[in-house]
Amino acid sequence: MIDHEKVLEQAAEWRAAGKGVALATVVSTWGSSPRPVGSQVVIDEAGNFVGSVSGGCIEGAVVHEAREIIREGGTRLLHYGVSDEMAWEVGLACGGEINVFVERLE
Amino acid sequence: MKAETLKQLLADRAAKRPVVLATWLDGGREALLYPADDDADGALMTAAVEAVRGDKSTTVETDDGKVFLHVFNTPLRMAIVGAVHIAQPLSQMAVLAGYDVTVIDPRGAFASEDRFPGINLSDDWPDEAMEKLAPDARTAVVLLTHDPKLDDPALAVALKARPFYIGALGSSRTHAKRKDRLAADGFTDRDFARIHGPVGLAIGAKSPAEIAIAIMAQVTEVLRRGAS
Repeated sequence: MIDHEKVLEQAAEWRAAGKGVALATVVSTWGSSPRPVGSQVVIDEAGNFVGSVSGGCIEGAVVHEAREIIREGGTRLLHYGVSDEMAWEVGLACGGEINVFVERLE
Repeated sequence: MKAETLKQLLADRAAKRPVVLATWLDGGREALLYPADDDADGALMTAAVEAVRGDKSTTVETDDGKVFLHVFNTPLRMAIVGAVHIAQPLSQMAVLAGYDVTVIDPRGAFASEDRFPGINLSDDWPDEAMEKLAPDARTAVVLLTHDPKLDDPALAVALKARPFYIGALGSSRTHAKRKDRLAADGFTDRDFARIHGPVGLAIGAKSPAEIAIAIMAQVTEVLRRGAS
């Protein structure tokens, strides 16, 4: 099964189980990036996640933002890259840059 | 994303309908675009049609801010004619790579559930099975029987359709004979040039699994880089 299908089905499943759910999607990339535009991860309120938006470099940070969005609502456009101070913490080892859009499943 | 949008998206996937999820990045408004519809608004729909054709999600600038076009294309499919030894590892590899796989073989003992657990099996004659399958631009066709009686009818259907990949097992000699038969059936050199034969990348593959790797690598190359 294709990755993004698995992610969407997981989103629907968690939703049906009454959990708070957020989706994070890679919407643009520059330079070398480990996952292509359109890659997604689904996160539940407890921080469980399925799918990936990088090779594992920034999932931790994205999950953190996603849990806030599950609590507070709204959407966020996150940027990760080596030129960013954040990158030293969450590190895109490949040297690429990506934008990740995070939204709550309403 | 709204729960209804997610539900619709999953329904579209199940119905194998290509769809583009447009999300306005400033605020999260969203819409599902169906590239087949021609009544939707201009610029965004044009970009969506292009995104589906290239199978590439993208962010576009509009008067209304940035919009992310997320392409959910029709699934990749692989039709394997000949439930032979090589078909066993090849069908599994193709499933792992995201293909919806159908193995076609009218010889019942070959295309058995035991030999191909979890794979779609068809015991129709290859031409009928291929007609039903209706190969499209997201389909790969791999012929493995090296029996002209089984391969050729499937090949004729594949050549008339537009699968992104056609490969046929057999030595250069077998392949040359195939060319003669196809010419006798009215196919041109140009048709013949669309067939990858001997099938697979030349990596010195010996075992069925290695040959399957060579085939899967070539299918991937053609999908991602286009036919050379």
